[in-house]
Formats: sequence, structure tokens, C-alpha cells
Amino acid sequence: MTTAAGDNARIVDLAKLSRREANTVLQSYNGTSNSTLIRVLNPAGTHALACGLDAPLAVEIDGHTGYYCAGMNKHANVAVLGNAGQGVAENMMSGRVHVHGNVSQSAAATAHGGLLVVEGNAAARCGISLKGADIVVKGNVGHMSMFMAQAGCLVILGDADEALGDSIYEAAIYVRGRVKSLGADCVEKEIADRHCDQLASLLEASGCSGIDASEFRRFGSARELYNFKQENIGVY
Amino acid sequence: MSEPDWGLRESHTFDRNAIAYIRRAASTGLYRIRGFGAKRHIPNFDDLLLKGASMSRYPLEGYREKCRTSVALGTRFASKPIELAIPITIAGMSFGSLSANAKEALGRGASAAGTSTTTGDGGMTNEERRHSKTLVYQYLPSRYGMNPDDLRRADAIEVVVGQGAKPGGGGMLLGEKISKRVAEMRTLPEGIDQRSACRHPDWTGPDDLAIKILELREITNWEKPVYIKCGAARPYYDTALSVKAGADVVVIDGMQGGTAATQDVFIEHVGQPTLVAVKEAVQALIDLDMHRKVQLIVGGGIRSGADVAKALAMGADAVSIGTAALIALGDQDPAYQTEYEQLGSAAGYWEDYQSGTDPAGITTQDEQLSNRLAPEMAGKKLANYLRVLTLEVQTIARACGKSHVHNLEADDMVALTVEAAAMSGIPLAGTNWVPGT
Repeated sequence: MTTAAGDNARIVDLAKLSRREANTVLQSYNGTSNSTLIRVLNPAGTHALACGLDAPLAVEIDGHTGYYCAGMNKHANVAVLGNAGQGVAENMMSGRVHVHGNVSQSAAATAHGGLLVVEGNAAARCGISLKGADIVVKGNVGHMSMFMAQAGCLVILGDADEALGDSIYEAAIYVRGRVKSLGADCVEKEIADRHCDQLASLLEASGCSGIDASEFRRFGSARELYNFKQENIGVY
Repeated sequence: MSEPDWGLRESHTFDRNAIAYIRRAASTGLYRIRGFGAKRHIPNFDDLLLKGASMSRYPLEGYREKCRTSVALGTRFASKPIELAIPITIAGMSFGSLSANAKEALGRGASAAGTSTTTGDGGMTNEERRHSKTLVYQYLPSRYGMNPDDLRRADAIEVVVGQGAKPGGGGMLLGEKISKRVAEMRTLPEGIDQRSACRHPDWTGPDDLAIKILELREITNWEKPVYIKCGAARPYYDTALSVKAGADVVVIDGMQGGTAATQDVFIEHVGQPTLVAVKEAVQALIDLDMHRKVQLIVGGGIRSGADVAKALAMGADAVSIGTAALIALGDQDPAYQTEYEQLGSAAGYWEDYQSGTDPAGITTQDEQLSNRLAPEMAGKKLANYLRVLTLEVQTIARACGKSHVHNLEADDMVALTVEAAAMSGIPLAGTNWVPGT
């Protein structure tokens, strides 16, 4: 597989190093720009890989990863040239995580900042409890995506499964395909110019070309469940 | 013998509490949410007695012979276990449910007494970190304020699965207490009711949790002890599965544990007594050959040095206190009696922690009220209280001939009631009988 890392990349080979050793190398790297490249070979579904990074370096993982890849990422640009397991980029603070395959449940759960791009599909609860990060999924998303999402944005180029945006707070959801059903307190909203700008910016950042913001619908909170009231009992 | 007053004959079934409950429900259409903890009678440590020493055991000289109280937590996997001077820790309570001054006071008091305090559902404040020598950082389902920097500057991590007041329930912080600062820390608008999920967003069950803990250890270089805290639902299995998931420390919280805001029906009717929690948790550790290898902290209604001694004698390594610590800071202070009365309560009865109107300035975000609590003085009171608890445990331990409080053992106790014997596994006084065995 051709990679963006090129020949000058530093190699971290999980066929030779343990997870702890590999993460120690990645975490100790004090890069000053994303031009610092590290290629991770033979990930073989390793869990908790490239988590806790705290510097602007570029990590390219050559294969599939297990749970919590790039968890709590700060500053780093992590590319997974395969599929990623549960909780990829969970609680990400900043930086960018780009998965070239599919992702499992709870992608970018509780993430505060940064951008997660998924070339394939995302399973259930994508963006659960999101706290400010942005997510672009080029395929479909599973049920209960953006459950209790507080801030940030999920862009879905494909379809969304049932109960999208259940109990959502101030986060935004853009869907280009079909929505099977909306969750409690999630409603469709108008798209204003500023929303189109936000969407266009995220599409560009995630490498989507030839897609117009007008193709999307926007969803967000009806703000009816923000306070505990008797008239809401039916939805509890 | 005088004639009974039939006109004032109270029903045991429909007593005044039951009638008030029905009238309130009929009036509001909503269940009651409140703070504090269970108010019903539950068999507890008062139903156990220490035997002391006589011919068959030598006591230690009360003021001359050492009785050590230190405890190491996190010796299983963490490269930097916590060493506490006393086996009494401060339980997790959030900034949001408590004022910043109260959090600071908890840190000050705990540090002065040589023990740890714990963050809560709302993240870590700088005041709390600055004034807490040993700070445990809670990892909760909401992940409010969670970030890797705070994770690294913590001394231990506590993965919260549940708490004694509401095992199986999530958190709630009513809009009355959502100040600008609290809202910002939680990434939510001001004034809305903030719900905390009852399950974690990115793991389900102990197999997933094992991987989650692996991630937390990788992020923190395997330095920090990782606790798992559970409400006492099924303490034997909760403990066993926590060990399986990789915990360094298991925290089990009995149903007497306090809360800042929970449904009354949850507080009073869900969970198991602390006596049961300790017995089952210890048994699980023994069965796995993990007793004293994975440390056990027990919370839920701990009030006195006697309670601490009895928990340790049942096999716990340490206890945690929450409600008692707040009372030590100044909660329920009779000096505020008039204000408690204006709020429809009284000093000693106050339970509306959820309302943000706490006259003592502890469970509030109101600036004027919270300014009533001077962190330095309140911290001194807490430290005093912790010292008294410690002295009391030492007194009891010496009387039982123990040179370390951890040498207290189940054989040092008897149960006063059949119920307590069954729940604690301690034989009924005067017999060798433990019901149910």
C-alpha cells in the first residue's frame, strides 16, 4: 500500500515492539509540526494504540486497530489505513484522526475537539456525548449516533440508522442520505448560510469534493427536555 | 390505664411520611429528587460489637505502643501506588454539586490528615488539585471535563460504575446549580438540568472495561492506581468482575451512601446495606486469592472510628466518607437554624442538596452562600474529624491487641442482631451462628 508517510518516516513495528514500547515511542515524540512522520507497522488489531499523544506529529498506522485507537489525542494527526475498533479517537482534544476503513461503536465518544474522518461506515453511537469535536463519516452511521451529544458536529454523507441524535444538546448533525428515525428531542432544523459555511468547511477538511452543502439536512435539539418537567414524562 | 386517643391513632402503613409522600406526588406529578442519603433504618455497623482483649488476647498499651494506620493503595499494577497515613478517604463529590470552596476545604482537610480526596462528575478544578496532596480523578460516564492533562496530574484514577445511593442510576445536576463556571466545565448551557448517563459511552461490561483500563494505563504510563467504584448491587460479582477487569482497587459503596441529587425512591429502595457490601466484596477477593492484593475501600454511612474499625475488621483496607465529611465542614450547622426553617427544614434534617439553597454554603453554587464557607477553617474541621476517627480506630485496635489497624479481624467482633449476623457474616453474640451459612 502506498502511504503518505514516504521513505523518511520513522518506523514503529509492532511485530518487534510491545504495545507499551510502541506507545512510549509515540508519546515521547515532541514533534513541532505534523511533518514529523511515524509509520506504525503490523498493528494487527492492537488495542489502545497511539493513545494519549500530545504533540503535532503525523502517525500512519498500516492496518487495522483495536479499541480506543488515538484515544484522548491532542495535536497529532493519526491516519489508520484500515478499520478501527470501538472508541476510536475517544475524548480527542485536538488534532485529526483519519480512518480509511470502517469504525466500530462509539467513534469519537466525548471528544472535545479535533476532527475525525471516516472513509467508510461508523457503527452505533458515533459521536456519543460529543463535547466539541467534529466528525465526518463518508458512509453510514449506526443507531443512537450523537446520543446526548453536547457540542460539535457530525456530518453523515450516507444514511443514519434509528434514534439519531437522541437527547442531543447543542451539537449539530448534517445528513446527506436517509434518516431512519430521530431520537427524543432531536428535530430537523433550517440550514442558514452559516450552517452551509460550516458544512463546506468540514467537507473540504475531510477531502470531500464535488458535494454541495445544499444536499444535506440539518438536525439538532428541540430543547424540550432541557429541564425536568411533568409534561415530558412520556419520553422518559 | 388511660383510654387510647382513637382520634390520633397513627397507621403503621399510612404513617405521616407515607401520607406526606402521597400528597406531594398528587400535588406535583413528579417524583421527589433530593440529596443526603437513605433515611430509613438499615442494619449497620452499630449492630456489631468489638470484643476487645482479656485473658485470651493481649491488648496494647494505649498511649505507648504503636498502632499503625497507613495503607498502600494500588499495589497490583500501578508503578506509583498511593500511600495514605490513614485508612479513611474522602469520596468523590463533584464541583457543581459542591461549591469550589467546599471542594477546596475537602482537599485541605484530607491533606492535613494525610489522606486522599476525590473529584466528581464535573472534572477537576485547579483549587482542588492545588490543595489536595493526593487526588483521585473520577472517570465517569458523562466524562464532563475529562482530559488527558488532568488524568496525568491525578494521583489515581477511579472508574465510576455506580454509587451506593443509586446503583444503576446516572447523575443529575439540576439547573438551579448550573452556574457559568459549572456550565463551561461541562460543555453545556447554563440553567439546564444536566443528566449524566448511567452507562459509559464507550464500553459495556467487564471485558470492554479491561481494555478501557488498559488505555488509561497506556495514557498515564502505567503509573496511576486504577480504582473501580460500584454501588452495592451484587457486591460479590461486582467485586470479582472488577478484579477481572484489572482494578488495582475496588471501591464498594453501600446503600447508605450519600448523593447530591437522586430520586427519593432510588435512595431508599435500591441497593444493599454496607454490611452486605463489605462481606460479599471481601469474600470475592478471598475466593480469587486477591484479598490484600487488590485493595478494598468501603463507603456508605461511615460516621465514627467504630464504623471504620468494624469495616476494617471485616476485611476492608480503607473506608471512604462523603456525607460525614460534609457535616464536618459545616453541613447541618445549628447556627443556620433560622434559615433551615425558612426552607422548610431544620439543622440535622436538611436534605435539599439539589436545590442550591444550602445555608451552610456547601452544596451550592450561589456566590453569597458559598462565601459563608471559609475553606481554611472548614478544612481544619475536617482534619480534626479525620484525626478523631483515626484515634478511635487505634483505640479499638489496641484494645484488641493489634499493632496495625489492618490486623483487626472478623473474629474480633460479634453481631447484636440476627439480621446483622446474616448480613455481615459475623456470628450472633453468644453463639457461633451465622444465619444463611
